[in-house]
Amino acid sequence: MGLQHRHFDALIIGAGGAGLNAALRLASANHRVAVVSKVFPTRSHTVAAQGGVNAALANVLPDNWHWHMFDTVKGSDYLGDQDAIETMCREAIPTVYELEHAGVPFSRLDNGKIYQRAFGGMSQNFGGEQAARTCAAADRTGHAILHTLYQQNIRARTHFFDEVFAVDLLRDDAGVVLGALVLDIATGEPLVIESKTTLLATGGYGQVFRTTTNAFINTGDGMAMALRAGVPVQDMEFYQFHPTGVAGKGMLITEGARGEGGYLINAQGERFMERYAPNALDLASRDVVARAIVTEIREGRGCGPHQDHVLLKLDHLGADVVHHRLPGIVDICRVFQGIDPAKQPIQVFPTAHYAMGGIPTDRAARVVAPVHKGPEEAVPGLYAAGECACVSVHGANRLGGNSLLDILVFGRAAGQDIERYLSENPHHRPLPQHTLDPILARLERWDRHGEGEPVHVVKADLRKLMEDHCGVFRDHDTMAKGVEKLRTLRERIEHARLQDHSQIFNTARIEALELDNLVDVGMATLACALAREESRGAHSRIDFPERDDVHWMQHSLFWREGDRVEAKPVRTKPLTVESFPPKARVY
Amino acid sequence: MKIRVYRFNPERDTKPRMQSFEVATRPGMMLREALLDIRALDESFGFRHSCGEGVCGSDGMNVNGVNCLACITPLADLTEPVEVRPLPGRPVIRDLIVDMSQFYLQYKAVQPYLIRKEPLPEQEIPQTPAERDRLDGLYECILCGCCSTACPSFWWNPDKFHGPAALLQAWRFLADSRDQATDERLDALDGPYKLFRCHSIMNCVAVCPKELNPTKAIGHIKELMLEKAV
Repeated sequence: MGLQHRHFDALIIGAGGAGLNAALRLASANHRVAVVSKVFPTRSHTVAAQGGVNAALANVLPDNWHWHMFDTVKGSDYLGDQDAIETMCREAIPTVYELEHAGVPFSRLDNGKIYQRAFGGMSQNFGGEQAARTCAAADRTGHAILHTLYQQNIRARTHFFDEVFAVDLLRDDAGVVLGALVLDIATGEPLVIESKTTLLATGGYGQVFRTTTNAFINTGDGMAMALRAGVPVQDMEFYQFHPTGVAGKGMLITEGARGEGGYLINAQGERFMERYAPNALDLASRDVVARAIVTEIREGRGCGPHQDHVLLKLDHLGADVVHHRLPGIVDICRVFQGIDPAKQPIQVFPTAHYAMGGIPTDRAARVVAPVHKGPEEAVPGLYAAGECACVSVHGANRLGGNSLLDILVFGRAAGQDIERYLSENPHHRPLPQHTLDPILARLERWDRHGEGEPVHVVKADLRKLMEDHCGVFRDHDTMAKGVEKLRTLRERIEHARLQDHSQIFNTARIEALELDNLVDVGMATLACALAREESRGAHSRIDFPERDDVHWMQHSLFWREGDRVEAKPVRTKPLTVESFPPKARVY
Repeated sequence: MKIRVYRFNPERDTKPRMQSFEVATRPGMMLREALLDIRALDESFGFRHSCGEGVCGSDGMNVNGVNCLACITPLADLTEPVEVRPLPGRPVIRDLIVDMSQFYLQYKAVQPYLIRKEPLPEQEIPQTPAERDRLDGLYECILCGCCSTACPSFWWNPDKFHGPAALLQAWRFLADSRDQATDERLDALDGPYKLFRCHSIMNCVAVCPKELNPTKAIGHIKELMLEKAV
């Protein structure tokens, strides 16, 4: 078969905020950039981010980046790498201005400056009063940012491969990444994209859980591609459950709803966060609020006939605030719960939302993995940014408003470092034919005809399994059983078959390839969660309820080969300021 | 509930057909979930979808004659049998999946990005809340294509008439107090087709799942042109 080859300076896989911000920088500098996305760029899941992006602009209340850094380190439960966190919090300020200049329609204050709202885990003066740091475009901040970045990429003439699915990375025997094999969904034709550099910006993997705020496309493709290329993933046990998903359905209700003054109540009408976070109340960190809700429900104080959710109250804010500051939430409530949140409370439950873990990188977004010289050795030619990466700014728990920030800062950092790499490595390396063989074999595996389980059945079982065995509260026996079941499920995939073998826009084939990815990231999540015998951030072990800094203040690395988990040191040293040492974490 | 879906697989079919499925409904079920149930019965049935909450704009389709997003269309609001067809006027790739290239080209043609000529300030470009409010009802477009593919003028001249979605974005930047390319934007919209093929039929307004009003935006552009002309 004659495979078509294309050649670029930079291949960017994924067209969310991270990929598009990297592309914008590179295309504006006249590099040959290819952005490959399995959906039209503005359908990427950045579009669904609601509440805002954090930056210490001090437009509403006093603020500075160092306070933001403290909050992020504390929020991470001291697992975040402090050099990366310093970078992110410093860069936040110029990043938001740059976005504004690019056209993002931020909401405004009376003095014409960008509107900033209160968000969870944000303080002034290293743990003092609530801060207002989250820059918002109503409650459609992700939409506003994604569309603006796409628009500026149109202006910069970035080359887009829309509706093209990345199958696997090409990596030669020296370990250099040479691009990727991709599949044009519309024609079913594979295509080799040879590139001097490759950036994975593929987002999260919420689809591995049954109830999730994530879109159908969030299947961990980049993380699984890295795993199959022999690169480990980091800290996969830290998966964030957002406190307020629409109960039973999963749509996100932004933390901005609480930032604007909303609060949670249980069946007795009690404002229960007073007991769990006496100072920050409903604006405690997400892991704290999610655990509080689950605890209320477990102890019989859930609302509704099945006592299976709590209520988020906004009606005291007045219709003006609710409709003007939270119009998207009003839409979601109207469509999916048939209520007006300015009048009635919203039924909510913690919902799988965000991966703190991912492909390990340094603060220049270079993928790093231990090969010869320790854990921070760059994988040549490979970059990762955004939710699929673990830089690690979120550590064990991400703060709301830091995710849009992460994708923008490190997307741009990737663009910058790719420019440097290209100046030092101006030529394409030869692509050995045998690097393609295992990838083509994987494609052919799904071409086998005959009887076998359908993909959607295996996928549904996987999602149920992960929800049952790796949820908000965890323990050894439940997770060990989960790993066992997941091994069995992985075997089942070998016998699953597609019935549809057509070429043109075959979505069944794409979903089969996505299932391969979901199983790999699901195993990484469960294996890391089982290995970590402490409670930290989003990882709550009933059998190990305390944080254990002596044994566990370390990252986890998971390798696909042998489902192996190893430790990696935390980078506790910031760039210019003193390190924040671990302290008890109270809100 | 009986749902009839449009089927066409170019590798197998010489002409399209409608296929009936019986779907068990659940309370609060949206059309997208019903289509996923159909996919579970027949994985060869193709349609685009992703976020499931009306923000990504993937699953625009024509349902009982009206363009809508499947993920925010409750089955309870639909009369049986539900007829689900691809967005009208665009070439069908397969089943409900249409080729949207022309739609995207028209979007790109209106220079849908902020153009600023003065040097940029160190901080944000100031904008009053009132100036910012002018962008409400414009920037929220999700490019689902429901409007343009419901527009007879776009059916006739998809290569020459920008269509309601693109024109809404043209106005979004004209209306932005920070943009400094008003004259170029208006000049580029001149001529008999790009803007003026809009005959205020208002199908776009009727179908927009985000309740935006492209006809009004087009009216504002025309007013501004007139203002500039005199």
